[in-house]
Amino acid sequence: MLLSLQNVSKQYQLGNMVINALKHVSVNVDAGEFVAVMGPSGSGKSTFLQIASILAQPSGGVIKLKDRDVTAYDEVERAKLRNQEIGFIFQQFNLLARTSALENVKLPLVYAGVSESEQNLRARAMLEQVGLADRLANTPSQLSGGQQQRVAIARALVNNPSIIFADEPTGNLDSKSGEVIKQILIDLSHQGKTIIMVTHELDVAEIAQRTITFHDGEITKDQKQTPKRISQTTAKTKKPRKAKINA
Amino acid sequence: MLKNTFLIAIKAIFINKVRTFLTMLGVIIGVGSVVLLTSIGTGLQLYVADQFEQLGSNTLYVVPGKPFGDGGGFGNQEQAMLETTKATLKIRYLDQILRNHRDLIAEGAATSPFSATVKYKNQSKKAIIFGVSASYPEIQTKEAATGEWFTKIDENKQAAVVVLGEKISEEVFGDVNPVGKFIKIDSKSYKVVGLLDTIGGGFGGPSFDNYVYMPYETLVKRFNTEYIDNFVFKVRDELLVDQAKKEIEKEMEKYLEEDEFTVFDQTQLLDTINSILGVLTAGLGGIAAISLVVGGIGIMNIMLVSVTERTREIGLRKAIGATPNLIMIQFLIEAALLSVFGGMIGVVIAYLGSLALQSFFPAQVTLGAVLLAFSVSAVVGIVFGVAPARKAANLSPIEALRYE
Repeated sequence: MLLSLQNVSKQYQLGNMVINALKHVSVNVDAGEFVAVMGPSGSGKSTFLQIASILAQPSGGVIKLKDRDVTAYDEVERAKLRNQEIGFIFQQFNLLARTSALENVKLPLVYAGVSESEQNLRARAMLEQVGLADRLANTPSQLSGGQQQRVAIARALVNNPSIIFADEPTGNLDSKSGEVIKQILIDLSHQGKTIIMVTHELDVAEIAQRTITFHDGEITKDQKQTPKRISQTTAKTKKPRKAKINA
Repeated sequence: MLKNTFLIAIKAIFINKVRTFLTMLGVIIGVGSVVLLTSIGTGLQLYVADQFEQLGSNTLYVVPGKPFGDGGGFGNQEQAMLETTKATLKIRYLDQILRNHRDLIAEGAATSPFSATVKYKNQSKKAIIFGVSASYPEIQTKEAATGEWFTKIDENKQAAVVVLGEKISEEVFGDVNPVGKFIKIDSKSYKVVGLLDTIGGGFGGPSFDNYVYMPYETLVKRFNTEYIDNFVFKVRDELLVDQAKKEIEKEMEKYLEEDEFTVFDQTQLLDTINSILGVLTAGLGGIAAISLVVGGIGIMNIMLVSVTERTREIGLRKAIGATPNLIMIQFLIEAALLSVFGGMIGVVIAYLGSLALQSFFPAQVTLGAVLLAFSVSAVVGIVFGVAPARKAANLSPIEALRYE
């Protein structure tokens, strides 16, 4: 088992009210799994993502990553853990403005203390993998939304993390660019990457092998499924991959 | 890791060049004005020291009264003035000192300024007639460029001879060589025996080039005055100055009360002037330093705005592995670099400014002032960078990533 949340709960204080964002949730994720997390807004799926990705600390329960109990890690330890084990893909891409694609992808390696030459080597390889080999020097404003998200994916992959967390990865993209991102996620899953993806779009959740549905801070459904292959159905009607760079 | 953080900070600074420059502007002006204004003060000190060096460091003066304070600075000027007008100093004291202490003192001279009108043909000019002993040029290194300085014999004979300063000669004689000509001073006739080269002014005082030099005894006779402004002594060796000073004091006490005269050397006068210029320099620098503080506050403001503006960036950095300390160091380095870059530009501008000033004024940028300006600007950057850096370090990554 790669990631395990046992009996995890999270409370927020909002004025005089206490909000139970998560109520005793237990989830286990194995290595290589592609999990979609669904639910309406306020259902607790974002809180789950924050706690599972070691960004936030739970109010109760135990979190284990690679059999290590990381629940009580302090801020410094958690920062290091995220740097080594976790890759993030955000809805808003969160790339550094006025900074080249290559520099953006290098960022996790900078904090990992990797040498400059290795940073360049690995960041280049990742950008090639997402089809942006010829966009290394472009800044975010010189890239389309889909290209920006691919840079962000390259950044999430560059430190070879154990789990990739994706928060509405296609939420800010037109459908064409969204398809490209979905295909990349499918490819990554095929390569054996573990992915946990929050989405509220059913057709995006369908590409995962398992869907967990949240409602009111609790898991209401957790089922395995056969991932939908979009590569055969949609890719045929679209232009070849190379031409999609400007998508 | 620190090196990487340093590089991140440098990149962040260069990302927004206009804002970076505007932020630095305050420090540029602050450091520039501190360095430029202290350069003026320092330049003045060096200029004064240089002028004194030219006068000779083995010179002793005797003046009436107590014009100097105990610890440098000025003493009782009024009383000193009063003693001067009373003609406290007498020429026989000088003779006595010279007779008794030839082992220590090479030369001594009395000086006595007197105001009169100098006339040649139809050109006339009010000038200072400077009655001095014949030995005066040996003490104050003034030599006649054309002709000769008057001799001891001239003085003893109370001969009607004068030596002209370069400027007064030009004003009265024009292009004519004055040596050998006769001029009228207060309707009496004097022969010009020598003409001095340009010497320049004593600092803040009248130019020596405007003086008409006359044997002291001639002045006494012709102008019916006993008044002596001061004695000047040339000590045989710099090392003997202190000893000579004591001997002269001892000698003078035979004739005068202890508070009726002062024996002083160059260092005492130089110390006094330096202490005044030092206060002036520090004052100028201090006023300029206020603008440096304002520059620091400018940096703090921009950095605080910058932290808010870059909230998402900070959130992202934290999410992908930056510890709070690294974020804090990054922003501190940014603030310090802004300040130090600003300081560098300020120093360059001040240096160019001092070069431009040098044609009017002695300005001197010293290494000390530059180093001080640098360290102060770095400290300003760090001090005013702390608040924004802490704000950045304490941001929660989740809140920061959600920030719109």
